[in-house]
Order: sequence, then structure tokens, then C-alpha cells
Amino acid sequence: MAAASKRPFPWHIGVFLAPAVLVYTAIMILPLFGTLQLSLFRSVEQVQTFVGFDNFRTLFTDPNWSFNFCNALKNNVWFFIIHMVVQNPIGVMLAALLSSPKLRFTAFYRTAIFIPTILSFVIVGFAWKLILSPIWGVAPNLMGLVGLKSFFTPWLGKEEYALTALSLISVWQFVGIPMMLIYAALLSIPDEVIEAAECDGITGWSQFWKIKLPLILPAIGIISILTFVGNFNAFDLIYTAQGALAGPNYSTDILGTFLYRAFFGFQLQVGDPNMGATIATMMFLIILVGVCFYLFLVQRRLRRYQF
Amino acid sequence: MKTKFLTALLLGSSVLGFAGVASAADVTLNVESWRNDDLAIWKDKLIPAFEAKNPGIKVVFGPSSPTEYDAALGAKLAAGSAGDLITCRPFDKSLELYKKGNLADLTKLSGMENFSDVAKSAWTTDDGSATFCVPMASVIHGFIYNKEAFEKLGLKVPETRDEFFAALDKIKADGTYIPMAMGTKDLWEAATMGYQNIGPNYWKGEEGRLALIKGEQKLTDKDWVEPYAELAKWKSYLGDGFEAQTYPDSQNLFTLGRAAIYPAGSWEIGLFNTQAQFKMGAFPPPVGKAGDTCYISDHTDIGIGLNAASKNADAAKTFLTWVASPEFATIYANALPGFFSLNSTAVKMEDPLAQEFVSWREKCKPTIRSTYQVLSRGTPNLENETWVESANVINGTDTPEVAAEKLQKGLDSWYKPAK
Repeated sequence: MAAASKRPFPWHIGVFLAPAVLVYTAIMILPLFGTLQLSLFRSVEQVQTFVGFDNFRTLFTDPNWSFNFCNALKNNVWFFIIHMVVQNPIGVMLAALLSSPKLRFTAFYRTAIFIPTILSFVIVGFAWKLILSPIWGVAPNLMGLVGLKSFFTPWLGKEEYALTALSLISVWQFVGIPMMLIYAALLSIPDEVIEAAECDGITGWSQFWKIKLPLILPAIGIISILTFVGNFNAFDLIYTAQGALAGPNYSTDILGTFLYRAFFGFQLQVGDPNMGATIATMMFLIILVGVCFYLFLVQRRLRRYQF
Repeated sequence: MKTKFLTALLLGSSVLGFAGVASAADVTLNVESWRNDDLAIWKDKLIPAFEAKNPGIKVVFGPSSPTEYDAALGAKLAAGSAGDLITCRPFDKSLELYKKGNLADLTKLSGMENFSDVAKSAWTTDDGSATFCVPMASVIHGFIYNKEAFEKLGLKVPETRDEFFAALDKIKADGTYIPMAMGTKDLWEAATMGYQNIGPNYWKGEEGRLALIKGEQKLTDKDWVEPYAELAKWKSYLGDGFEAQTYPDSQNLFTLGRAAIYPAGSWEIGLFNTQAQFKMGAFPPPVGKAGDTCYISDHTDIGIGLNAASKNADAAKTFLTWVASPEFATIYANALPGFFSLNSTAVKMEDPLAQEFVSWREKCKPTIRSTYQVLSRGTPNLENETWVESANVINGTDTPEVAAEKLQKGLDSWYKPAK
């Protein structure tokens, strides 16, 4: 009796988990620890020497590094703000429009808006560089058609506009993701809830604000955290559109491009893997703090509704 | 069953055995390079010429893109999968590889005697004891102009700065052409085609460059700030939206005949010859007043070395000796007009534009880019900062004085010249 109640060790769980755990450990966890380790060493006369937190001290106190780091961090925060302020509201709006039963050709719009997301960064960066080009671009002419030609400036080459322009390009590329997630959340709202609301006289905009928005808040939370992680890991778009020096005058330099220059070097600058790893560690910590903040402080307070 | 198995075994072993023999007879040398533009020249001209003379050695040219080359090569060398022959960037990048033991010492390679010390300077240790790459080519800076535009507007080729700006004013006033095709988006155009192009005339070539390395001159000195002041004046002669104009944009503007003058490096010649439908000429950077000694940037740009870990070192050395020969120099310089041989033997070139560029070597004093030797070893990197500041000066973000001060401050933070 007692022997029968004791369950056999669940080997099958281990077997099923093993492939994912092994692959994930080999290509994610080990390199992560490798990076952390690398950031504590420095190459002294071609020999890797343990220096404790000296690299971090250099990064924060040596003006040659700290200035660039602060600049990259500041730009990265602005990059993130633009995404939060522009991408997510537009995503919610598009999803609300798409889920409206009166709209025709929804499948077409959905696909068309989602397509940029699956394009390569290289294509997006190059295409927008051409569109916005003051010499061959279509942007000046298109703006001319509606009489706005005088507002055209070579945005990607101006220190004050370049980063915002690139953020908006990135928004254009990724707006499909919040749209899809929120669209799915909106579709999962049961009709009874909506009907009950209608019976109580809540329709139109107030229905959206009072009924639908609270129900999709968890989805918006997830999107925000995905955007946060994506933005602080971003690199590709800036690199393809502005190059590794993230010009003009480092105005589009974000943590990813700063890391790239430090780690791999650029032109005559010889790469320094240790300082690169230090920056990578900082990026990891920033993202970790952000995600923890969300998980422990925001997500727990979000109300969830079960139907 | 048994016979089938035996047949398969025999067949298999014979195939393997054959492959073994074939690889023993033929040595394959892989060449690492960033010159993906040169793929056709290597495949159609250089490699067949070498293989015809050296049966049994096969050469494979495997370039990667210029911006990725250094990072990719570093990773390949670390992993032990790099090719036998390595195209060498000038100065510190290659010196670093030599110090790490990735590049073999080639001081005693036969053929090295064909090069002068200046030609070898980019790939020689600081004390001059070892040379680790065979110099292949240098590039010369100057200005390429649209001859038809100059004829139409009745301009003559400027020799002094006053004539140069007078010509630019005239082109601007006429309005048919953009006076000068250059953008600041890619940053390096402003530094390389701008600052390093016109600078040597101000800082007197090698004299100023070496004084800077010795610490006798500073970037804030008059000779080093004035080229920035001239660059700042270029702004009004560039095309609309030059802030977002990329390097390929500039090339296209000029070859489509929309711009009259192109601040150039001689490497453009090959491309421009095939693209431009008009006659082109070239002039060296204009001097202060007529009769002044002219200085040109004749920059050692590309060399080739031996991977110290190569298993085919002997075959690779045979190849390098051939690279050092006048035969290679002739094929290379003619296949790639604008990349001038550093070989002491004079090379006959067919291309008139290339001849024009190389003729300046006789009347002007050559120097190399000021930021390349020694001065770009630390952080912040002087070359990268020069890119950024040159673009800033043209964009008007920084005044010439502020730019020079920033550069000198960055340099002072790590560079202590030997006193």
C-alpha cells in the first residue's frame, strides 16, 4: 500500500526538458557568464589579469568612457521613450480599429502592417535611408505634393533630429507586434461582457476606456517590457543607417553601438573585449533592473479578470 | 552480401585515397581581404598569372566587406580558421597582429629589397627591426574635376587656394553644377577626403606629422587648425542636404555629372572611369600662394602578410615573393588604376587619370595620413575623433578652434610623447 502511493521519479520530465535546457545553457547562459567573467579581467601585456571592478571604475570615472556611456544611455532612454509614447498607443489604436466589426479587409490591413516586422534591419535601414535621402529620396517630393516641402530637412544628418527619426523608423518597423498582441487580447474579451456593458448604456469610446482597456492592460504591460528589452538591446538599425560611429557627433549612439565599437574596435580603434564585456554587463544589469521593476512592482498590481 | 560489403569498402577507400593524393599535390592558399571590390581582378588576372608560374599552388581570394573585415579577421585568427595570407591594414592594426604572433616576420623574405623604408614604414615595428607585411599599394589624395564643366564655365585648374575658392564661387554663381560633391553623413569623407587631403599643405607633410608624434607640435597649433578653417568654408559649396549625403551619394552626384569637383582619393579612379560619361581631370590640393612647395597625402594603404599559424608557409612565401615582384606591381597597378605600386621599380600605367595622380609624386612631397602612425593607439581614438570633428566643423556644430581643442584634449589624455 505504502509502496504503491510512492510515485516513481518523474524521469520523463527531465528527458523532455533536457534538450531545451542544454541548448539554452550552451548558447545563452554560458556566454552570459563568460561575459560577466571577461568584464572582471584586463589584458596586461597580452595576458588576461584579474582586476576586480577596475573596468567598471574606468567606465564610470574616466571621462573618455563615462561621457560616451552617459551619452549612449541618454540616447537609449530617449529611443525607449519614443517607442513607448508612439509605438504602443498606435499599436493599441490599430488593434482597436482592426477589431471593429464594421471594418472590411481586416486581414489585408493586419498583414500589411505586420510585414515590416519580419523584414531584415538591413533592408529597413537602407530603404529608409533612401526614402529620406535629400538627393534621390521620395520624401522631399512627397512632401512637396502636399505643400510641406519647406519642412523637409536631411533628418538623418542633423544632430537634433537623427535619433528621433531613427526611433520613428523603428516604431514603423515594430508597430505590428503590439498591434497583434492587443488585437488578440481584444478578441478574447467575451461578447457577454460587451453586451452587458451595452445594456448598461456604455458604448463607443467610453466602452473602450472603461471596459476594453482595463481588460487588455496585462497585454500592454507585456508589450512595454518587450519594448524595453528590445530597445536596450538595439543595435542593428543604428548600425545599418548611421554606421558604427553613430553620427552625427555621436547623437545616435546607443548602448549597442557603443558596445560594438568597444568590443570589436572600429577602423584604427583596436577592439577591447574586456571593456566591451563591461559595457555588455551594464546593459544586462540595466535590463535586469527594468524587468525586475516590472515583475515585482507593476505586474503584481495589475488586476486580472477571469471569465 | 559479403562481396557487396567488400566492394563498398574498396570503393570508399579508393575515393578517400584519391582525395588524399590530390590534396598532397596541390597546396591551396586562402587570402583574407577587405577588398571585395577586387574579387574579379584577383580571379581573372592576378591568380591565373601566379598559378601559371607556380603549378601546384592554388590561391583562393576570400574577401569580406571592409567594415566587417577587422572584427571577422580577429575572430577567425582567434579560432585558428583564418586563411594563410592576410591582407594588412596599415600601422597599428597589423602591428597588433604581429605582436600577438598572428603575423609572421617577413624581414628576410626575398623580394623585400624592392621596397623603400618609407614604403615599408606602415608594416615595420617601431624600432625598425622587423617587417611583417609586403607593401602592395598606396593611395593619393587630390581633387577630381569634371573637365566639361570647367570648359563650359571657362575655368582653369586652380593651383592656389584663392584660385580654388574663386572657381568654386564661379560654379556656384552659374548654378548648373553643385560646386563640390561631398557629404558629412558617413563622417569619414569629411576627415579623409577633407582634412587629410588639404591638411599636408598646411602642416608641411612629414615635417608636421612627425613633429606631432614627437610632441613638438599640437593639434591646436595654427598649422593644424587652419585646414579646419578651410573645411568650414566648404560648407556653402556642398549640395543641398549634405548632412545626410552618404559616400555613395557623393560618388553618384559626381559621376552623373551633377557636381563639378570631387575631393577624392585615387582609389575612385577605377569606378569613375566606368561610371562617368564625361572627361575627368585631377589637381593636387591647392597651395597657399603660387610657388609654394606642395605636399600630398600618398598613403600606404594595403599590404599582405603571412598568417603565422599557416600550414602552407613555404607556398605562401613563394606567393609573397611574387607579390613583391615588379610583375605583380604592373598587373595590380594597371588592373586597379588609383592603387599605386610602392615597388621601387617604376611601373608603366595606361590610365591618364592615374598618371596625373602619380605625376604629383615628382613635384610634391609625399606624406601619410597624420592620425595613422602611433597617434591612434589609445582611447579616445584620434582617427575616429577626427572623423567626428571634421564632420562637426563642416556641419557648423563646432568651430575649427573648438574641434582642434577637443582632439588635442583627447590625445593628451593618453598620449605622452617620448621626450
